[in-house]
Formats: sequence, C-alpha cells, structure tokens
Amino acid sequence: MADPILAFEDLTLGYDRHPAVHHLDGRIAPGTLLAIVGPNGGGKSTLLKGIAGRLAPLSGRIINTFPHMAYMPQVGDLSRDFPVTVFDLALTGLCGRRGMFGRISRSERDRAIETIGLVGLSGFEQRSIRTLSGGQLQRLLFARLMLQDAPLILLDEPFTAIDQRTIDDLLEIVARWHGEGRTILAVLHDLELVRHHFPDTLLLARDALGWGPTASVLTPDRLETARQMAEAFDRSAAECHRAA
Amino acid sequence: MLYDLLLAPFVEFPFMRRALVGGLAISLAAAPIGVFLMLRRMSLIGDAMAHAILPGAALGFLVGGLSLGMMTLGGLVAGFSVAIASGFVSRTTLVKEDMALAAFYLVSLALGVTLISASRSNLDLLALLFGSILALDDPTLILIVSVASATLVALALGYRGVVMECLDPGFAAGVTRFGWVFHFGFLTFVVLNLVAGFHALGTLLVVGIMMLPAGSARLWTDDVSTMIALAIPMAMIANLVGLLGSYHLGMASGPAIILVAGVIYGVSLALGPHGIVRRYFPQRHLEA
Repeated sequence: MADPILAFEDLTLGYDRHPAVHHLDGRIAPGTLLAIVGPNGGGKSTLLKGIAGRLAPLSGRIINTFPHMAYMPQVGDLSRDFPVTVFDLALTGLCGRRGMFGRISRSERDRAIETIGLVGLSGFEQRSIRTLSGGQLQRLLFARLMLQDAPLILLDEPFTAIDQRTIDDLLEIVARWHGEGRTILAVLHDLELVRHHFPDTLLLARDALGWGPTASVLTPDRLETARQMAEAFDRSAAECHRAA
Repeated sequence: MLYDLLLAPFVEFPFMRRALVGGLAISLAAAPIGVFLMLRRMSLIGDAMAHAILPGAALGFLVGGLSLGMMTLGGLVAGFSVAIASGFVSRTTLVKEDMALAAFYLVSLALGVTLISASRSNLDLLALLFGSILALDDPTLILIVSVASATLVALALGYRGVVMECLDPGFAAGVTRFGWVFHFGFLTFVVLNLVAGFHALGTLLVVGIMMLPAGSARLWTDDVSTMIALAIPMAMIANLVGLLGSYHLGMASGPAIILVAGVIYGVSLALGPHGIVRRYFPQRHLEA
C-alpha cells in the first residue's frame, strides 16, 4: 500500500470569512514528528481542527489519506460531570477500532489497564471522572488517545496543566510513537521542549513563517516576526485575491 | 383487607388491569429514555417534544376522529418533523439544539392550535394533554407494548453509541461517522415513547413518567446502568401506587401516577447519597 498522505493545498481556514490560517501549502511526510508553534490566534488549533474535519476550509483543500486519526482538542466536548469511571472513559478509545457494537476482549481490557498505568493513573480505574484534577483528566485523555492506536495523531497543547514528571513520561510515549512510524502533529508553546523533542517545526502566525527542521525554523528573527503578527482581525478587511 | 387494598381493583375491573399493563410497559421504556435525556441535559426536551406532538395528534383527530391510527400518525409526523428539523439546524448552523427545538415546537404548537380553533371541533384538549389511562383499548395496549419492546431492544443494541454521544459528542464524531445515527435514533425513540405514552398519560404527563424516575435514580448512584436499573422499578411503583391510590381515593389516575413519581423524587432528593441530607450532614472525611 502507498504511504498515506497529509497535504495542504492553498489552504485557508477561518471563522466568519476572516482567515486564521492563510494560504498554507505543504506536505507532511509519514512518520513526521512535527511541532506547531506560534502566537495566540496564529491558527495552530484551527489547522488541527481542519485536519480533524471539524472545520471546513474557506478555500483550498486538505488531502488526508490516513485511514484514521486520533485528535486531542484543546477544549473538548467531554461533559465532565457525566457519571463515568476512569476505566470506561479510557475504553472509549477502543471504539474507533471496535465500533459501537464490537466486543471488547479480555486482552484489550488488560491493555486499557496497562495504558492507564502508563499515564500514571493506576488505582484510579473505578474513580468517577468528576473526582479528577485538571491534570489527571488530561492524562486520562492521553490514555484514551493511546488506546485509539492511530497512525495520525493530533495533539492540541497536550501538556497544559500537567506536572513536569508526567510531561516527561508522556514525551517518552510520544517518542515511542515516533519510533513506531506514526505521524504526530503537536501544538506547543514551550520552545525549549520543542527544541529537545521535536525534529520538525511549523511556525504559524496566520501565514507559515517557517517549516522544516526545528533548529532552522526557531531562529530569533523568525520568532520576532511571529511576535509582530496583528492578532485582531481587520474589521474592514477587503476580500482576499491572492493568487493560488 | 390487604386483598381489598392491593388486588381487588385489578381482579374486579378489567380497565384497571389494562391501565396497569399499559403503565408498566410505558415505565419499562420511558424510564431509561429519561435517564439518557437527563444525562444529555435535555430534561426539558421531552416537554418541548410533547408540545410538538400535541398539534399533530390534534390534527389526526380532526381528520380521522378519535382513532388510534390517525392520532398516532399525526403525533409521530409532528414529532419527527420537529426532531429532524431541529437536529439539522443545530448541526449545520450556530443555533444550539435547545433553541432550534424551541423554535420548531413553538411554531408547531401555534399551527396546531390555529387549525383546531379554525375547525371549531369539539376536540377534548384535556384528554390529549392529560390522557385517559383507564380507557386503554386493545390496539392502544398493543401499540404501547410494541414501542416499549422496540425501545428496549434498540437501547440494548445502541447503548455504547448513545452513552458516547452523551459523554463526548466531539470524540464520538471523530471515531465514527455515524454518531448522528445514534443521536437521531435516540430522538426517534423519545418521540415514539411520547406518542405511545400520550394515549395513557397525555402529552404533558407522559414526560413525568420519563423524567421523574430518571431524576430520582440519579440521586442514588453514579453508574449509568444502575441508574437505569433503578429508574425502571421506580416508574413501575409510581404506576402501581398511583393507580391504586386514584382508585381508592377517587382521583384522576394519570396525575396520581405522576404525583407518586414526584413523591419518590422528593424522597430521593432528601435521602439519596447525592441528596440534601447528605449535603448538610456530611459524613466525616476519610484519610488521604
């Protein structure tokens, strides 16, 4: 089978006709471990939403031939007071594979227990999710994501509200995924972390200011340009006629 | 003595037996539906849907008279139209589901009332609103029991999907393209149960047997399947006690059933582990 493709063709994503990602072109090779960095409002989350199919492009297109993906949004739809245990929420990660009817086997249950342990939540299995702290919930969502076992993984600020020890554990898991040839896109703000753990970086401030090996992208003058991005939309912006 | 109190009414009067069978069947399906409505924070949606169904049933009456078929059909058409239209609007526009539903059911209600008053018929609106559980005939009982059976089978099959749609709709949409099937399928059974139930309890009170046991069960447990397992017998007890109470005290049966459900809710509210007493007289906290 041919390698799956994830590519952007003159992609513009945004809200109410205002672009958040503007005329993005590019292609993500399978097995890439890519950090997406940039200022607030630079279109990082919007790009992931677009890839996940939650937001239709204003123009251009996204080509995605990955059979399935796992997406961890920054702000999800999870209803936190829903009466469900840690174990059951983790198990929902299997539904991409098992569907809404398929039986979940003994070994899959064991794998779920093991995964809950990997994110440091052993002993929490039968706790209701409303008793978790913000960081613990984030780790649980990470466990669910791991159980999805997807070739394409989209992480939107996955390490927010998580303590350093757990970040180190989770980074190890990300590195392992990378080793297994999965394609990973992560929106991050900690540039030191990106420099240490992410071979490739996309610097996004509405336009792509740099895309390639991390060291060549995160240069002082590029970061300064990103800092200058005007965050507010121009209310009286004219229609964009930039050539494709 | 006990015989006179508990069994005689059902032994002596066939209409009481029918009312009991109908009520128990409605409880069996409506209570779990209510649990999911509550968990989706759609507790009032049942009420809105009931209002949407009323004009359809009234129209059916105008066309076919007091016929089970036409009134059921009218209720179903009105209910489904409103459910589908509001589901479509909330999934394609910025309008949230509650507003979308509010808009359609209000229009449906106004349309229905307009048609009824224009026709100057002698339609007994009160019977539509509050039902006539003591007058269930065979076809109506068969309808109620069929809907209850279908609901239980559907909920058993679709349990995972419905729970996931309640728990994390965004995630459900990501792992399956068919999340909307579970959502609309669920709404379908909400409408079916309301329509089947309104013959017995009326369009307004049927919501009571759906929601009150669900709300009561929530106060006792944190587990969804336990909640369902509690809500069903609670609804059944409300039916039984309500029927007996109305028989002995000479009250209207439908409201009596809902009142008993209300009492069960009140007791749960007070004494349940998630209720008021525990809130103000908490147990000592545990070791870390």
